Amino acid sequence: MPNNGFTEKYSRQMKLPEVGSSGQERLGYAKVLIVGMGGLGCPAAQYLTAAGIGTLGLMDHDLVNLSNLHRQILYTESDVGKPKVEVAKKALQKLNSDVSIISIPERLDENNAPSLFEKYDLIIDGSDNFQTKYLINDAAVLTNKSWIYASIYKYQGQLSVFNYEDGPTYRCLFPKTTNQNVSCEEVGVIGVLPGVLGTLQATEAIKMILNTGNILSGKLKIIDLLTNQDQLIRLQRNEDEIEKVKVRGLKPEIIECELASIEKLYLDVREPYEEPRPKDSNVLSIPMNQLEKRHDEIPKDRQVHVVCQHGIRSKNAIEYLQENHGFTNLVNVEDGIQSILKEESSS
Amino acid sequence: MIKITIKYFGVIAEETGKTEEVLELDSDDVDVESLKDHCTSKYSLTDTNSIQVAVNQMMGASGPLEDGDEVAFLPPFSGG
Repeated sequence: MPNNGFTEKYSRQMKLPEVGSSGQERLGYAKVLIVGMGGLGCPAAQYLTAAGIGTLGLMDHDLVNLSNLHRQILYTESDVGKPKVEVAKKALQKLNSDVSIISIPERLDENNAPSLFEKYDLIIDGSDNFQTKYLINDAAVLTNKSWIYASIYKYQGQLSVFNYEDGPTYRCLFPKTTNQNVSCEEVGVIGVLPGVLGTLQATEAIKMILNTGNILSGKLKIIDLLTNQDQLIRLQRNEDEIEKVKVRGLKPEIIECELASIEKLYLDVREPYEEPRPKDSNVLSIPMNQLEKRHDEIPKDRQVHVVCQHGIRSKNAIEYLQENHGFTNLVNVEDGIQSILKEESSS
Repeated sequence: MIKITIKYFGVIAEETGKTEEVLELDSDDVDVESLKDHCTSKYSLTDTNSIQVAVNQMMGASGPLEDGDEVAFLPPFSGG
């Protein structure tokens, strides 16, 4: 592991009694996975790379966008349009060549999560939606991994370590899900906020690897950069919530259902005259031939169920929107409109 | 008469128009659930299902409230 200049590179942190040469060695053998390389993931990755983490997995399916740069300061103007994980890998490798950096240009799902989590010691949540947060939680419970949660809203942030040494999980904190995904794009965010939270996530990761200090397990830290009124709230483990996950396994469709029980959003691509029309008020109606003109009306930050009469046009609509307008959040209602009407009458 | 301090976070603070308030309640028969119902209807809070309530920095508390208690209303955040 040690390269030339190893001791000098890490000398300032090795001076700390909690680190030392044995601690540095522990860091050098540690494997950390970051899910989501946005505002939270970037600073976490930067500090963990600088600290000399052994292996760092970076997972994100997205491309660098100009509007990311005010808070995702690992990326530069010339990176716009490039895959985040590739840009991040290159930049981080320059920062510290000791670290083995693995880029994973995928979205976390029920198929890749378990095997991926198995390969790492702990997981950092850099995601920006509830679906992924519940998926990380459930996969972490099933693979018995700890994960470091953070979420942000405008000037406020939440931080906690979940599933750490029999501590509480995300579902113990928020047993009732919501699909009110509020993205930074929609409501705005101060650039330093994810910097603060992501850096704290890296701090907890380092402490967990070194086995030192008090880990933020069983506690939720709330930070408000606008008022400077921070809170530390104690959390309790809810065995029922954990048992539920262990019994049913990784079921994103259940997460989706829980989220959708509040309101499921449909995109109906049929012509206006086609019957039957669902009573559900949460239906966005854009016929196939208007998708090119009106694709901006379809949200990108939450799951949208695309429906037509029999599931064929909706499948084509999804392909068109994915290929031409960068959608990654569309799900086909395979059995067409009848299945929604069945759902309506049974609920 | 009991005094309860309530702190609002995230989108709830926007719906209530404040980050904190002190409520003086006539009844000494106030519990977490009735306080949540009271605030939900007073401010027409939208996503009440997922709101978590902490009492004196302890999450998931329930039952009667006492004079001087500090209650926090927390929504989940999704941003990253």
